[in-house]
Amino acid sequence: MSSVLTLIAQRVALGIVLLFFVSLLIFLGTLALPGDVAQTILGQSATPESLANLRASLGLDQPPLTRYLNWLAGIFQGDLGNALTNGRPIAESIGKRLGNTMFLAFWTAVIAVPLSILLGLLSVRYRNRWPDKLISSVTLTSISVPEFLLAYVMIFVFGVKLGWFPTISLPNDSMSLGQKLYSISLPILVLVMVILAHMMRMTRAAILNVMESAYIETAELKGIKQFTIIASHAMPNALSPIINVVMLNLAYLVVGVVVVEVVFTYPGLGSYLVDHVAKRDLPVVQAVGIIFAAIYIGLNILADVLSILTNPRLRHPK
Amino acid sequence: MSHIVDIRDLRIEATVRPPGEKSKQITIVDGVSYQIESGKVLGLIGESGAGKSTIGLAAMAYGRGSVEITGGEVLVKGTNILEGGVAALHELRGQTITYVAQSAAAAFNPAKQLMTQVTEAALAHGLMSKAEAEARAVSLFKQLGLPNPETIGSRYPHQVSGGQLQRVMTAMALCPKPELIIFDEPTTALDVTTQIDVLAAIKRAIRDTGVAAIYITHDLAVVAQISDDIMVLRHGKTVEYGTTDAIINHPKEDYTTALVNVRSIEHAEAEPTPEFLLQAQNITARYQGAEFDVLRDVSVEVARGQTLAIVGESGSGKSTLARVITGLLPAAQGALSFDGRTLSRDLAGRSREDLRELQMIYQMADVAMNPRQTVGTIIGRPLAFYFGLKGEEKRRRVQELLDLIEMGSGFMDRYPAELSGGQKQRVCIARALAADPKLIICDEVTSALDPLVAHGILKLLLKLQAEKGLAYLFITHDLAAVTAIADSIAVMYQGKLQRYGPKSQVLSPPFDDYTDLLLSSVPQMRLGWLEDVIETRKMESAGN
Repeated sequence: MSSVLTLIAQRVALGIVLLFFVSLLIFLGTLALPGDVAQTILGQSATPESLANLRASLGLDQPPLTRYLNWLAGIFQGDLGNALTNGRPIAESIGKRLGNTMFLAFWTAVIAVPLSILLGLLSVRYRNRWPDKLISSVTLTSISVPEFLLAYVMIFVFGVKLGWFPTISLPNDSMSLGQKLYSISLPILVLVMVILAHMMRMTRAAILNVMESAYIETAELKGIKQFTIIASHAMPNALSPIINVVMLNLAYLVVGVVVVEVVFTYPGLGSYLVDHVAKRDLPVVQAVGIIFAAIYIGLNILADVLSILTNPRLRHPK
Repeated sequence: MSHIVDIRDLRIEATVRPPGEKSKQITIVDGVSYQIESGKVLGLIGESGAGKSTIGLAAMAYGRGSVEITGGEVLVKGTNILEGGVAALHELRGQTITYVAQSAAAAFNPAKQLMTQVTEAALAHGLMSKAEAEARAVSLFKQLGLPNPETIGSRYPHQVSGGQLQRVMTAMALCPKPELIIFDEPTTALDVTTQIDVLAAIKRAIRDTGVAAIYITHDLAVVAQISDDIMVLRHGKTVEYGTTDAIINHPKEDYTTALVNVRSIEHAEAEPTPEFLLQAQNITARYQGAEFDVLRDVSVEVARGQTLAIVGESGSGKSTLARVITGLLPAAQGALSFDGRTLSRDLAGRSREDLRELQMIYQMADVAMNPRQTVGTIIGRPLAFYFGLKGEEKRRRVQELLDLIEMGSGFMDRYPAELSGGQKQRVCIARALAADPKLIICDEVTSALDPLVAHGILKLLLKLQAEKGLAYLFITHDLAAVTAIADSIAVMYQGKLQRYGPKSQVLSPPFDDYTDLLLSSVPQMRLGWLEDVIETRKMESAGN
């Protein structure tokens, strides 16, 4: 077991190092942008004196390294700085937005992950026959359509024509869980369609790869039913690539759903980021950037760790 | 007497798709019939490609890949299972008939505990409760002589040795109380000393449970120990079918006779000479990152123009010794001398002459050749590298080498994929000869070959030795090959030299316990050999 713990510790340490690099990149990136926050705030009315004053009050007259370290120290204390646009602490606004994004991501994943794996298993069971072809063509079509288009089509069909679901997703705290879910049903549907194909295809490919193994023949010669063989003999040996793709898609659900959030005016982290990019509110952009990076890296570490744990040779050494 | 399986006029076809051509049907089994009575064992024997696995699996109406049964009848307890539909086949497989595969290491699911897999068929068919199945599995583990029968089921496949895994597989086949078990080369992948224990365990299990069996192998001596009847197969057709006694003691067909007599090359030992070509002194070696020495204080000599055979089980360090001599694994301690000069321990420190005079042939001829080069290119490479031959001159020399290995002129432009296993190994020999070496290290060169083909390779090696005065370092676990080719023998055990000397001396008593075990484990073409040897053995094999 100790070798597994070592491996996991290595992965986590690597992730932390990576996160430091990303924070540096984000900081340098915003530094490289033309103009600075003080100029942005003052805009047309900037005079050299007012600029210098504002820079001093924002701490922008410090050398970059000091500012980076200050920023980093702030992050460790949960202080992401204040937004320029309204002067409120960023951490406060982000907390709520992040919760909304997580809510949407969680329920999408609850539906999409088991569904895509089940569809993958069915594709293998009926490989190269019509159910396999149907599953592949439907999921591949839905991934090929741009998500904003998919979202508008869904709004048009299910929201406007049929009137089944709300076209704007604005859940609030006074709603029950059911009402909240109902309010975000269309974004969930769109996101499920967007991430389904990727996970389904990987499940199919990974399991088909394993189906050539001698132990699958052993199971067949035991008279075990095809679907049982696929699900209980092939799947445990194909988990590693599947887990990786699932985690990539979960990461997408958090950091990549900007377009869908905007279309449905959903108050998530993505639309918050887009708003503040437009307003050139750099501290917010930096803060959201580092959160996205942390989530992305965290999920990938989780994928690595789970992959390690699926290997019986590592779990049960000789 | 009722037949459990009665196969009549079986015809099996496969679809092949040669690159660039249309797919076509080829017949791989034609007109084969056999019957098995309850409690009897039928041996299916033949070279690779004879269709013996295919014929065995036909009893379960199972075809690998594109293999399909296209003719004949497969009657299991009087019902033709080819007409019964898929549901009936699911009922039959794993219940009436079970299967033991060649490589247990590959045939067990690496992600599941052994117990789950052993009891799976019995549970899936609803034959017993989980507790009953597990109790039966434990009693089978005991019966098959597995260590810790109570707890071994909770282990994963990679946690037990190859010989043990093969016995667990036998327990898995026995667990649902089948009426017939198909054993598909169950001991071929095992060491000779381990094979005999597994063989004895299988034989005992068959006798105690009264189950009928089909035993598939390419080793007639093995099948002779276990079968009541034997069917000899070649190219998908029956050569001879009869009782074990009739096949072994009174074969009628030439092919059967050749199989029975395959082990009898006589090679008189050369006079011991003090003139050594290669001397390895006090070699100690370990692999990078390993915590123990693979070789410990090993000293051997190869005389000019003679053969030193190195024998031992897998893990005994015999291939490591070859790596040390070639310089691929620099020895930690010890000295090497070759033809009167000191050899650098490290490959990088050796001259081109050193490299040329010391050539190597490998076990898997398949992977030792570039599949995208023709035979002419493969053999021509050392000619260009060491002697700078080009064009017509090189081509002529390649042809001479091809003649030397008894292959005609038609092979120069063929690719390795177009050659048989024996031909591939011959090409590898020719490539080694092209460098005009003084010593060839042969690492298990006959182990992957069928007995008759291996026989041909050994004869070729002996002929080349007589003509060219070559010395061989012949590494093998096959003691029959050793008696056929060696002048002196080194027995290795757990990285140390166990016994070393001229052949006649090493192979005569008194033996140390390990050499005794090794020698007595070689299957002999004689009925009742297995019983005799199990009775008289002094120690158990390490792989047990």
